[in-house]
Amino acid sequence: MELWHFISERWPTILSLTGEHVLLVLVAMVVAIILGVVLGVAVTYWEPGARAVLYLCQILMTVPSMAMFGILLPLLGIGYKTGVAALILYALLPVVRNTYTGIRAIDPAVLEAAKGMGLGEWSILRRIKLPLIIPVVMAGIRTATVMIVGIAAIAAFIGAGGLGELIFRGISRYNRQMILAGAIFISALAICFDLILKQLEYRYGIRS
Amino acid sequence: MIRLENVTKHFPGQDHPAVNNLNMLIPEGEICVLVGPSGCGKTTTMKMINRLIEPTEGKIYIKGQDTATIDAIKLRLDIGYVIQEIGLFPHLTIAENIATVPREKGWPRDLINQRVDELLTLVGLEPEKYRHRKPADLSGGQRQRVGVARAMAADPPILLMDEPFGAVDPITRARLQNEFLEIQAQMRKTIIFVTHDIDEAIKMGDKIAIMRDGKLVQYAPPGELLSSPADEFVGRLLGPNRTIKRLNLIAVREALRSDLLPAVPSHLSSEEARLLLKGSKFNVLAVVDRRNSLTGFVRGEQLKNSSVVPVSEIAEPSPNVIEAEATLNEALSLMLGCGSQFVAVVSKKGEYKGVVTLGSLLELVKEDVKEDVA
Amino acid sequence: MWRKLNRLRTVLVPVILLAAGVSATVYFVENATPMAARLLVYPNVLRVLGQHLLLVLVSSLLAIAAAVPLGIIISRPAFRPVAPVIEGIVNIGQTVPSLAVLALFMTLFGLGFQTAVFALWLYSLLPILRNTYAGMKSIGPEIIEAARGMGMKAHRILSRIELPLAFPIIMAGIRTAVVINVGTATLASFIGAGGLGDFIVTGISLRRTELIYTGAALSALLAIFFDDLLARLEKYV
Ligand SMILES: Nc1ncnc2c1ncn2[C@@H]1O[C@H](COP(=O)(O)OP(=O)(O)OP(=O)(O)O)[C@@H](O)[C@H]1O
Ligand SMILES: [Mg+2]
Repeated sequence: MELWHFISERWPTILSLTGEHVLLVLVAMVVAIILGVVLGVAVTYWEPGARAVLYLCQILMTVPSMAMFGILLPLLGIGYKTGVAALILYALLPVVRNTYTGIRAIDPAVLEAAKGMGLGEWSILRRIKLPLIIPVVMAGIRTATVMIVGIAAIAAFIGAGGLGELIFRGISRYNRQMILAGAIFISALAICFDLILKQLEYRYGIRS
Repeated sequence: MIRLENVTKHFPGQDHPAVNNLNMLIPEGEICVLVGPSGCGKTTTMKMINRLIEPTEGKIYIKGQDTATIDAIKLRLDIGYVIQEIGLFPHLTIAENIATVPREKGWPRDLINQRVDELLTLVGLEPEKYRHRKPADLSGGQRQRVGVARAMAADPPILLMDEPFGAVDPITRARLQNEFLEIQAQMRKTIIFVTHDIDEAIKMGDKIAIMRDGKLVQYAPPGELLSSPADEFVGRLLGPNRTIKRLNLIAVREALRSDLLPAVPSHLSSEEARLLLKGSKFNVLAVVDRRNSLTGFVRGEQLKNSSVVPVSEIAEPSPNVIEAEATLNEALSLMLGCGSQFVAVVSKKGEYKGVVTLGSLLELVKEDVKEDVA
Repeated sequence: MWRKLNRLRTVLVPVILLAAGVSATVYFVENATPMAARLLVYPNVLRVLGQHLLLVLVSSLLAIAAAVPLGIIISRPAFRPVAPVIEGIVNIGQTVPSLAVLALFMTLFGLGFQTAVFALWLYSLLPILRNTYAGMKSIGPEIIEAARGMGMKAHRILSRIELPLAFPIIMAGIRTAVVINVGTATLASFIGAGGLGDFIVTGISLRRTELIYTGAALSALLAIFFDDLLARLEKYV
């Protein structure tokens, strides 16, 4: 009841924090998708690079988010920039990995047919490879997005804004309702993103 | 014209070359069939022609031009390629699959659509039904046919076909072979065709290249191959009944006898027909209508027993009828199937032409056996 | 040659990680600026590191102890109707961010070590549960059928056939869980449960880079260490 009261009273604040949060996630995702797909495609042409890049991304993923923020903070300063940079680094692995493995998993007969018919490498990439890996990359995007919605909440601690602020402010002021509202809205946001992206994944999935 | 000159392919890390010093000339407008056991280098040979594989040694010329000097992409756009594993693009519809090369060549949309429908009809898939399907919704044989259509889309002067009908059922395969030969008679493309089916090779090939362990063992027209195989290996590959296979190469038309089984116009009476029976070797008459189309047969006993009626009323249809364009092998199977001494031969339009008899076939085979013994 | 190199890696990676951790700590402690020097001393480093390890190990071991049997139970035929429901709940649970989980339990149980352990436990339960269930389900029915046909008893089938076959998948779940726990444990600082997060959080509010880096480096190395260790277990057992 008190919680409901808190939410209805702070509605505008919650809304604007949600907006910030979504924006933070979207900006990071757009950059990560572009970077990740380019990187993922690039390393399919260079096997030793692929191992190194995937290993590096894997390590980036294991680094605790607080540690990542801590490491980037002295370089990029308090605020938005550090937040976005960290989120991009986290989102990179699922996108790179799925792009890479998606292309690797394409039936070699399909690629040979394309090549044998006289399609150039660029045509094959644009018309065959990229459309074929959309479902796999979409799955990677979903994993990445849900993950960084959570990490973006922590980014509020280093001043990147978003719904995490409710939790941190709530903790420092011992305001139970504020913490609860933060936790609930962040979770809801993550679940929403998950559902929406699941739908997209389903829509763009091809039967094969 | 395609010419292979001392072509060798040695894959790194393998003891023996996959293709070993191959010399071959495929004349313009002919079908050359590659036959040989699995792993003998058929696919490798083909892929060297469109430069999916670069030869280790030797040169390949197309119309006198060394392919190594042609841009690989340009070269491939003018060579239709049916790959052994089919390799349809799973995310594209059947129509889009077929349209790949025409689109790459920048054909106008209308022309592409028209061409797609034409090709689908050609390979026996109704355009309305299949145009917008995805490869996953097709059977293996249907996919293979789309693969063939896709290779022919931009009307390339050269076709490389790696077991193009391997997954198709025997009936459809025979139909596709016939239609393909018919188109080929008009198009005169230069075709290299791989198959494991020696009968298919004999039927399709102007020339057959027998390969073994990367080497060319014999390269000859099918008739020559059957009558004089170069060695025991070729003989075994051709199988035990070479003489019967030779029947595959001869059209019914060539062994046709018009004097052994007279035709009787259907309006004649049974009495009049009985007079004609003397001219028949088999105590049977063919009944034809006014346009000389075969409508059935009457047997001698029928004519004796019945009262006087027009023969059309007692004529019976019979399955032992074959078109003049069919092969003698087909005629033989039909005879054995019907337990009959002869088959009646009709033209494409159904006109009665005469018969082919078991006796005349035996005669042909006997000549062959004599040759074999000699 | 490759095998030798690989075996060398097994020893080399932990040694390198340890060396990196020790030298980073020594470097930052010895070069601490006056304001951080009060906090950045060896006993303190050992204390937060110990707290961190304790948080991770206690919660992870409890999670394994609970989730593996639970996963096995719900994979039994008797639980077929409820298994998808549990799976769905687990999937939603995994989308909930770790900070939200910690915050939620803080409002219920207040600040402190126990709350943090409980939250970590519950959160790391999910990947282990999910993978145990998936691992058990990944075994083809024909294999179980064959074992049964040979006269094996149900518990023998479980211990001799099913668990060994599902082991790599269960292990992958444990690995995910432990790595997440190392990360989430750095957040435990916010609810007063200590750990390496203390250094990072204090470092950020005091703007002392060496403090931040000590916490960040140690927690990152710890996560990589566990990831590497468990990846190896996944493959070699
Ligand atoms: N890319 C490759 N790398 C190494 N060896 C290869 C490669 N492609 C083919 N080979 C080898 O070359 C030989 C000839 O192979 P090829 O594919 O040409 O046989 P094929 O006659 O087409 O057989 P099939 O009838 O089974 O299709 C085989 O021994 C094969 O293992
Ligand atoms: Mg082959």
